[in-house]
Amino acid sequence: MSSLKLSTKINKYDTLRTVIAILIALIISAIIIFATSETPIYSINNFLFGPIQKLKYFSNVLEMMIPLTFTGLALCIIYQSKHFSLIADGCFFMGAIVASYVAINFTLPKAIHPVVAMIFSGIIGGCIGVLPGILKIKWKANELVTSLMFNYVFYFFGLYIVNYYLRDPEASVFASYRFNKSFALPRILPGTRLHAGFLIAILFIILAYIYIYKTKWGYEIRTVGDNINFAKYSGINTAKVIISSQFIAGAVAGIGGAIEMSGMYKRFLWDVTPSYAWDGVIIALLAKNNPKYVPLAAFFLSYLRIGADMMSRRADVDNEIISIIQAVMILLIAAERFLAYWKQREENKLAKEKYLNAKKEVQ
Amino acid sequence: MSEILKMDKITKIYPGGVVANYQVDFSLQEGEIHALVGENGAGKSTLMKILFGMQKQTEGKIYLRGKEINMNSSQDALELGIGMVHQHFMLVPSLTVAENIVLGHEIKKGIFLDKTRAIEATKELSEKYNLPINPKNKVQDISVSQKQKVEILKALYRGAKILILDEPTAVLTPQEIEELFEQLMLLKKSGHTIIFISHKLHEIKKLCDRLTIMRDGLSVGVHNVNEVSEDDISRLMVGRDVKLEIDKAKAQPKEVLLRVDGINYINDFGKAVVKNVSFSVRKGEIVGIAGVEGNGQSEIIEIITGLKKATKGKVLVHGKEISNLSVREIRELGMAHIPEDRMHTGIAPNMSIEENFISEKYRSEEFSKNGYLLDNKKISDLAKRLIRKFNVKTDSEKTAVKGLSGGNIQKVVVGREFSSDTDLLIVNQPTRGIDVGAIEFIRKMIVKMRDEGNAILLVSADLNEVMTLSDSLIVMNSGEIVGYFPDASKVMEKELGLYMLGVNKQSEEEIRRAVNE
Repeated sequence: MSSLKLSTKINKYDTLRTVIAILIALIISAIIIFATSETPIYSINNFLFGPIQKLKYFSNVLEMMIPLTFTGLALCIIYQSKHFSLIADGCFFMGAIVASYVAINFTLPKAIHPVVAMIFSGIIGGCIGVLPGILKIKWKANELVTSLMFNYVFYFFGLYIVNYYLRDPEASVFASYRFNKSFALPRILPGTRLHAGFLIAILFIILAYIYIYKTKWGYEIRTVGDNINFAKYSGINTAKVIISSQFIAGAVAGIGGAIEMSGMYKRFLWDVTPSYAWDGVIIALLAKNNPKYVPLAAFFLSYLRIGADMMSRRADVDNEIISIIQAVMILLIAAERFLAYWKQREENKLAKEKYLNAKKEVQ
Repeated sequence: MSEILKMDKITKIYPGGVVANYQVDFSLQEGEIHALVGENGAGKSTLMKILFGMQKQTEGKIYLRGKEINMNSSQDALELGIGMVHQHFMLVPSLTVAENIVLGHEIKKGIFLDKTRAIEATKELSEKYNLPINPKNKVQDISVSQKQKVEILKALYRGAKILILDEPTAVLTPQEIEELFEQLMLLKKSGHTIIFISHKLHEIKKLCDRLTIMRDGLSVGVHNVNEVSEDDISRLMVGRDVKLEIDKAKAQPKEVLLRVDGINYINDFGKAVVKNVSFSVRKGEIVGIAGVEGNGQSEIIEIITGLKKATKGKVLVHGKEISNLSVREIRELGMAHIPEDRMHTGIAPNMSIEENFISEKYRSEEFSKNGYLLDNKKISDLAKRLIRKFNVKTDSEKTAVKGLSGGNIQKVVVGREFSSDTDLLIVNQPTRGIDVGAIEFIRKMIVKMRDEGNAILLVSADLNEVMTLSDSLIVMNSGEIVGYFPDASKVMEKELGLYMLGVNKQSEEEIRRAVNE
């Protein structure tokens, strides 16, 4: 076998591994459903096929894809530089808060209002996004730890802003004042709630792809991610690259928060953080940090979500089943050793062949 | 004497596809000191890591006293009586010598460590094997050679009968080496078997009984030390006649491009590794730095290329001080750099060949469209051109660099650096661990670059390389220049050796000629 063929075979193993991980996760959830549900077939049927029964349900899938796409893209950018920050969660949440503030307190024309909110949210999201990067560069603080801590800080800070500046005292539940009408993004599919944010998400996927794979900045990010010593030796300012890419990622997440508010909500209602960043992690993982695959991964995850929701509404299985599926998938995909045996065997064959060829070449 | 250990057809392939060992046989006689020699990257360390349970072999078997053994960790190896002293010590600096020695095998008093008995055990052991050490000192306060003793004692405390020493002399002074050798002989007498990794041939001649030579992942021979000469060993190590002739005309040096002025460097351990080094490199000449590895050469190169800051002193490129410039600014002054370790610094392994070719060029207008987009067409054109010019063997310029052989990876590095717009080349170990064809090619390119008027600073651990390529030679020992030879072709290898070992040293005036004033 030629070495080229073997190496494509190895790439195929990665794809196969992802597919098998997904299948195993689904099988495990089927087992759980069978064990807990009185009407397992009905439950599974709703879970797997519920979302395509009606346009409205399918639209729900597409609606949910929008925030998942934004956090997924943010994490793709962050992970390309091998910087394992989870700050996108805080950026997304604060983006939603900032957008709510703009939605309530600004009076602007219809098309401009959401855009202004996105700009503010993007800037604030970007500024939050760089914080773990700065701590890492200045004091070598682990970005995973600091970003998780910052997420709490910004979650409570956001709640503080809502409670003291935006909360509607007349509402019976936790809610802000009503957003101005001009803040809402237009609907794009009659009879559904699918909004223009979907188109913006598509635009961002394309922009993120170009940013990572076609620009000088993207080249710098990938170089830093692949071998930071090489980047330094080549004269790339690694600190600048880390900071600037974190800013962009944070901005993307922040804009995602603003779009979620202006597309789906009339008031700010989140008293618990929706934690889209964790979903972003699994999307980045499934998409191998390539924006090209983000829509696919976001669609898949969002389909499972909506399916599980429908199952819990119509049958007797809780939608928490989704957490199990997600956990199993993350575990299997992140576990490098999962199915590594076959991959390793092919890799060894390839390596040996190359080694012996090189030997022959010398003689 | 009987065979105590046998490694049978060991193959090790690292994830990522590096073949570090290929069907290597290795055998030890009880009570011998067995040398394991080979160039860097020949696979010695990997083989020893497998023997010490730190790595698992891909294929092959290990037998101890005729019985097959299967190890999953160093703990297993220690229990079987195999101990290892690593090149980089694995000690806890804030603990005392005694605490380090018993660590993991503590003598306990209730739930606490019994310090008195730990100290006694250490004393006893150190007297028994004549390795004098104060058990109560903290490891952070003791010298390098003492740390090494602690490492050896640690292995002995765990009952090691087979002791692996990974380049133990690399960090020692000549006197300390003498002492170590005496201690090792004593250990041998007491029935221990020692594996001694080194590439200093005279040490092996002096200390060892047999030797196994490794080259490019293979074992290329086992010999009795007294039956082979140092020349034989080095020939087997590099796999060819050590003399590879290079055609080159006499250098026509012009003005000075690089001036190094009294640089000093103190490393993280507080040791002065570069001491007051001054020299210069002129347009159209190759200045070589010869010396045993680890005598300050790497640090000098890192300071010149901006990867480290000198503790004291100045570096001038084109008359401009570069101490406070970034790597990028230094490169923009016209400096190219072939790094010592191509895998660690020279490439981004998962990126394509073409992306590796542009790491210092991607900013230029030439490769951009509309300001910030990369011009892929021009990049792949450049890559195709360089692949042809530098004879890189690959199916496509889109292949990931890690899929190439060592020689071809080095050609990618050389191709990138030699094609950038420069007139000063810093070349560090340009041909280490690559095949003969690639070696010849790269050496010819270096001479060609000189003839085109570049100033070249060459560092190489390959004595033959540095002697044949260089026009003038600097010899380093313990961080300082000990000799300068304006005409490298007039230097004899033996003579150079004496300077490298620190036996000979020129006068200050003679050394100062390296500055070319």
